[in-house]
Amino acid sequence: MYVRLVGSRVRSQLQYRASAALQIFGTTLIALLDLVTIVVIFDNVPELDGWTLQEVGLLYGIASISFALTDLVIGHLDRLPQMIRDGSFDQVLVRPLPSLLQVVASDFALRRLGKAVQGLGVLVWALTAVEVDWTAGRAAMIPLAIVSGAVIYAGVWVALATVAFWIVDAIEFVNAFTYGGNFLSQYPVSIFGRWLRGLVVFVIPIAFVAYFPALYVLDKSDGLGLPEWFRFASPLVAAVVALGARLVWGNAVRRYRSAGG
Amino acid sequence: MRLDWELARRGYRRYAAYPGATYAGLFTNVFFGFLLAYILLAVYERADVIGGYDVRDAIAYVWLAQGLLSVVASFGPSWIELAERVRTGDVATDLQRPVDLQRALFAQDVGRAGYQLLYRAAPQFLLGALLFEVTIPAEPVRWLAFAASVSLAIVVSFALRFIVNLTSFWLLDYRGTYLMALVASHVLSGLIVPLSFFPGTIGDVVRALPFAAMLQAPIDIYVGAPLGGSTALVLLLQGTWAVLLLAAGRALLAAGTRKLVLQGG
Repeated sequence: MYVRLVGSRVRSQLQYRASAALQIFGTTLIALLDLVTIVVIFDNVPELDGWTLQEVGLLYGIASISFALTDLVIGHLDRLPQMIRDGSFDQVLVRPLPSLLQVVASDFALRRLGKAVQGLGVLVWALTAVEVDWTAGRAAMIPLAIVSGAVIYAGVWVALATVAFWIVDAIEFVNAFTYGGNFLSQYPVSIFGRWLRGLVVFVIPIAFVAYFPALYVLDKSDGLGLPEWFRFASPLVAAVVALGARLVWGNAVRRYRSAGG
Repeated sequence: MRLDWELARRGYRRYAAYPGATYAGLFTNVFFGFLLAYILLAVYERADVIGGYDVRDAIAYVWLAQGLLSVVASFGPSWIELAERVRTGDVATDLQRPVDLQRALFAQDVGRAGYQLLYRAAPQFLLGALLFEVTIPAEPVRWLAFAASVSLAIVVSFALRFIVNLTSFWLLDYRGTYLMALVASHVLSGLIVPLSFFPGTIGDVVRALPFAAMLQAPIDIYVGAPLGGSTALVLLLQGTWAVLLLAAGRALLAAGTRKLVLQGG
């Protein structure tokens, strides 16, 4: 009897483990999807608006590592609407800790690190494959872009997530700009329509995650015709976005009235 | 038949009850539609025809795919409902009802698909067609074939989801299989780039799989570039997948039910 009971436990855990393995595998595959798209496109055409596969690979690498870092640290913001709905956000407010910190720290899914590793792989490949006249400045730009990019994504995410304080079901609007923004930054911004380019340069500045830093690293001309210093502006933009997000969040939390009140 | 109709109406009304979710979904699909359309426009700067698609076909493809996504490959909450009922054991109650489980769920899913077709796919495609130059077939026959193909796509999609859900009879935690199915349907249904963009043999193989029958097949027929050049062949292929997958679902349900009885007894 004991053997049978233990056997059933082991079997049940193995079943869960198979599922867990599938989950990790699946997460990695999903992260690879965007890459498959890019490879399939370049199987049909040699370049995209003057960008080669290797150069787009550089955009992809910087953008995906930045996004993966953001997702790792604050991805839990996805749960904010749920926390507002079930009232657990009210508990957050009465504790003597910053509310944003509490929301994002309520979980930490290490498996999300897999995405960053995959992005790193592509980045390393792209860096060895592109023709670049390396200087100290160009080499330093890559880590700088990744960190700035992560801050920009995070700021955008936090600022947009506050929409949930007014419209609880709005999380999918936010996804369009977070996941959509990540998808967009993997391509040269110059291919997008006028309104969209304006949006991602001046309003929701995700063009500064990968596009502008990559222009500098690859010494390419800007298809948007914007000033030269935009290529170095990512850290500045990141600082502005972070500050803006802080103000928006603080303001939203102050105005927030719980449904229970 | 009356019962099926009633169930389909319930399935429709259930989605109609949450217009907010519909608008949010529409917004996201439209945003991605724009991104993909611009990417493909840049691609077609360097090519005239890819895998039988010219630029107008490709843009039509983007807006049809983003619209039909909610209809055939719905990843909403309804996706894993049955799996959750299997996990909790509630499925035992479902099985005691005097209606066939697969048939009842299918009727509800047709209602759901109808709602998504009216409120997501149609407005979205119209918007895309207004803002971009897209292929609009002139022949009524092609529109008929397209409608038939979308209907078959809904059946294949339901049958496939039914099977994925039933795996939770054996795998207690269904999230892994769910995620795999999600990945497979994302890549292999041709959601992001048309499957006809895939090179040579890989392209032909993925276009013959059931995932392609959910999204790629109807759009291929719409733009007039069906696999093997024959619309009838594609419809036949879709029909075959529909029948095979429905039958496989029934067999799985029967096997799962036996297992359920053993555990409960």
